[in-house]
Amino acid sequence: MSTSISKSEPATLSEQDRALILATQNGLPLVPDPWGELGEQLNMSADQVLERFQAMQESGVIRRVAAVPNHYRLGYQFNGMTVWDVADDAIAELGERVGELPFVSHCYRRPRHLPYWSYNLFAMVHGTSRDEVENKAGKIADVLGEACSGHTILYSSAILKKTGLRLRKQTDKN
Amino acid sequence: MSVTAERRKKPEPGATVPAFSDTEKAIINRLQHGLPLTATPYRDVASELGIGEQELLDHLKAMLADGTLTRFGPMFHAGEMGGGLTLAAMRIPPEHFDTVTEQVNSFEEVAHNYRREHELNMWFVLATETPEGISETIERIEQLTGYPVYNMPKEQEFHVHLHFEV
Repeated sequence: MSTSISKSEPATLSEQDRALILATQNGLPLVPDPWGELGEQLNMSADQVLERFQAMQESGVIRRVAAVPNHYRLGYQFNGMTVWDVADDAIAELGERVGELPFVSHCYRRPRHLPYWSYNLFAMVHGTSRDEVENKAGKIADVLGEACSGHTILYSSAILKKTGLRLRKQTDKN
Repeated sequence: MSVTAERRKKPEPGATVPAFSDTEKAIINRLQHGLPLTATPYRDVASELGIGEQELLDHLKAMLADGTLTRFGPMFHAGEMGGGLTLAAMRIPPEHFDTVTEQVNSFEEVAHNYRREHELNMWFVLATETPEGISETIERIEQLTGYPVYNMPKEQEFHVHLHFEV
């Protein structure tokens, strides 16, 4: 996957796209013709709906239309947020290499908050045991080498909330 | 940032792992990569997997109902939608943790919130409709809870692809 800087110009959503997002943020209809069903709700043709989904995926508003598993149910009980203190002049190149490791699901550069937080590279690693997560973290350490002056792994001990990102209806906005 | 909506109680760490049939495994693995955006997407995936379209739909409904899947649908990219998105952390003394959890979770801008084993022990994702909404929300959380919020917006994205092979 390519590296992207997060400061891309945000797209402005059309009314139609906004309506499609609102209609599907709980999920895509599980019927043979999901586009037609959405079109009926929104007074669009099935072709128009499909065309808007293709356009939104093309522009990146939608990453993909996909299944989101509960990783605990799949046996990936250990979700380790590995965090690394990487030299500022090396992080762009090394971050990309860490992101390419097949077991790293998310990899971001984020700001430090000294003195509480000295880590500027975040790589999420999931495993079926702590050993597996630690083993994978060891491989990240190998990639970072001497540019890294410290790291730790934060395990989640409870999901406190998981509702996902949601658009509010226009009328709810104040 | 991928987007999930969870509607019912889900197993927490330590839950037992159910046995999946080969068909269920194939569906889970295939559909994490994304539904093809074709006129008959479910039929196309079903035929790829060598099962019937209705069988695929029935499995998807069942896996959503039993919590194997938290969601099936478009995964939105908040930044591309013109909104604000960030990861934030707090340091909460254990005796106040439950109270602050309730306070933080009461904000609809808080999409995910995890307890993590660290001095910074509460980590949440904030999603707002406008980029400016992030700092406003952080101020409101700080006022309500009385604790500082450490904002850690992504400065660069190296990779996002969450895939769990079963």
